[in-house]
Amino acid sequence: MWKVGFQTVLAPVLTALLYLLIFSHVLAQHVEVYPGVHYTAFLIPGLMMMAMLQNAFANSSSSLIQSKITGNIVFVLLAPIAYWEFFAAYVLASMLRGLVVGIGVYLAALWFAQPPLLFPVWIILFAVLGSAMLGSLGVVAGMWAEKFDQLAGFQNFIIMPLTFLSGVFYSIHSLPPFWQALSRFNPFFYMIDGFRYGFFGVSDISPWVSLMVAGGCLLGLTLLSLRLLKSGYKLRY
Amino acid sequence: MIPLSLELFNLIPPAIDVRQARKRYGQLQALDGVDLCIEQGEFFGLLGPNGAGKTTLINLLAGLALPDDGQLSVLGHDVVKQYRASRRLLGVVPQELAFDPFFTVRETLRLQSGFFGFRRNDTWIDEVMHHLDLTDKADTNMRRLSGGMKRRVLVAQALVHKPPVIVLDEPTAGVDVELRQSLWRFIQQLNRDGHTILLTTHYLEEAEALCTRIAMLKHGRIVALDSTQNLLSSLAGCRVRLKLAGYLPATLLPQVVEQTDDDYLLTLPSYQALELMLAELRVAGVVVQEMTLQQPDLEEVFLRLVGRTVQ
Repeated sequence: MWKVGFQTVLAPVLTALLYLLIFSHVLAQHVEVYPGVHYTAFLIPGLMMMAMLQNAFANSSSSLIQSKITGNIVFVLLAPIAYWEFFAAYVLASMLRGLVVGIGVYLAALWFAQPPLLFPVWIILFAVLGSAMLGSLGVVAGMWAEKFDQLAGFQNFIIMPLTFLSGVFYSIHSLPPFWQALSRFNPFFYMIDGFRYGFFGVSDISPWVSLMVAGGCLLGLTLLSLRLLKSGYKLRY
Repeated sequence: MIPLSLELFNLIPPAIDVRQARKRYGQLQALDGVDLCIEQGEFFGLLGPNGAGKTTLINLLAGLALPDDGQLSVLGHDVVKQYRASRRLLGVVPQELAFDPFFTVRETLRLQSGFFGFRRNDTWIDEVMHHLDLTDKADTNMRRLSGGMKRRVLVAQALVHKPPVIVLDEPTAGVDVELRQSLWRFIQQLNRDGHTILLTTHYLEEAEALCTRIAMLKHGRIVALDSTQNLLSSLAGCRVRLKLAGYLPATLLPQVVEQTDDDYLLTLPSYQALELMLAELRVAGVVVQEMTLQQPDLEEVFLRLVGRTVQ
């Protein structure tokens, strides 16, 4: 991760700051999502979680696809490593990158606003769950994809829409009923909402519900990843 | 030296034991019931044309592919059920020049050591790099190495965990002569030190010079399995090239395999037949201007058994 630190840490932090700068500049005077919470402060947890999710996914998926394409995945496959150890290594590395990027976004965003940290345990819990979940999803996508194009499709047509439509920039209460209902099928919404609760003590739905949904998704993706890895899906032919 | 009693009671497991290994890829039966037993300390050659199943067999042994049927073991450890033990005992030099472009040679070897649970392995890494003439390149990024140097790193990667059984899948493909010879000196030294070597190669003279036993694969089946010497002597007789001052007697024409003007290449069933041939030439009054005897080589055995052109 550190050998390509510009690409893996600094670039996503800069991207999140650009979102913060533009959206807060344009909307801060017009929007107050939660009473007493400035829009810029409201944006910060959402952008942190978005960056964590995207980077956790990118880490495991791009590591796998690159190793598959260049062929050096063979060195991992030749090693006396169990399928669950393989999974743990990729997911823990993804979580590390996700959390480092998340902390980087938070520290850089302090220049613009200082959101409160009311419930740090919820913050840590959702940060860990979110990055682990997307790390697992990245393992599945990395195994499935056979070329960079397929992975880019996964990223652009699944990950990006789900993150942008999850309430990073707004509360779902500001949406029409149909879109509100639809948002509840988006697991990313629960992670961002629960994560934001840890900062402000306010959320669109109960953090316990978000915790159950995020935990359930992580469990499902973990089981799927482990099953695929055990069978050698697209790795051991 | 293995104690006789252990051999008698079969307590020393073979380095590699393959029983009825089968693997199918779609319509292609890549391996079709292969049986193979390689004893500890052997330098064994696995030959065959492209698509014969050599790499598939190696992949099954290394766990890079899963067998459809059959059992494969390394030093008595099943490659599927006891994969941790079998992979620790096996060092594989893959055919493809794969490398991680982010690392230097030393970092690559440290990382590979880590995969096998070796945290501080620099003493052995230095020794391996020294033997493979990689010391000068230790801190060079993998991308900057020539093809031959990358091939040496692949060999070094296979050795970082000191495996007793080493599998080399066409390790000298695309390697210059000097590098090839130094590589073979090192591999021969490892064999003398007790390592079992399984080699696949397209250079038949290499297999002939290095391997004590050879198996030939064709369409996923073993078509020959014997000592190199027995395989060579299975081609009884010899070839003789003659330059004559006159015409070859008609009685010898059936033995001609090649002719250019007064230059003949004949195949003889045995060395005794050479005397008869010379007698016939004397009787016919044909003077032999030049004569060269040719020994059978592994390529002839290979061509006869596999029945197609060698690359």
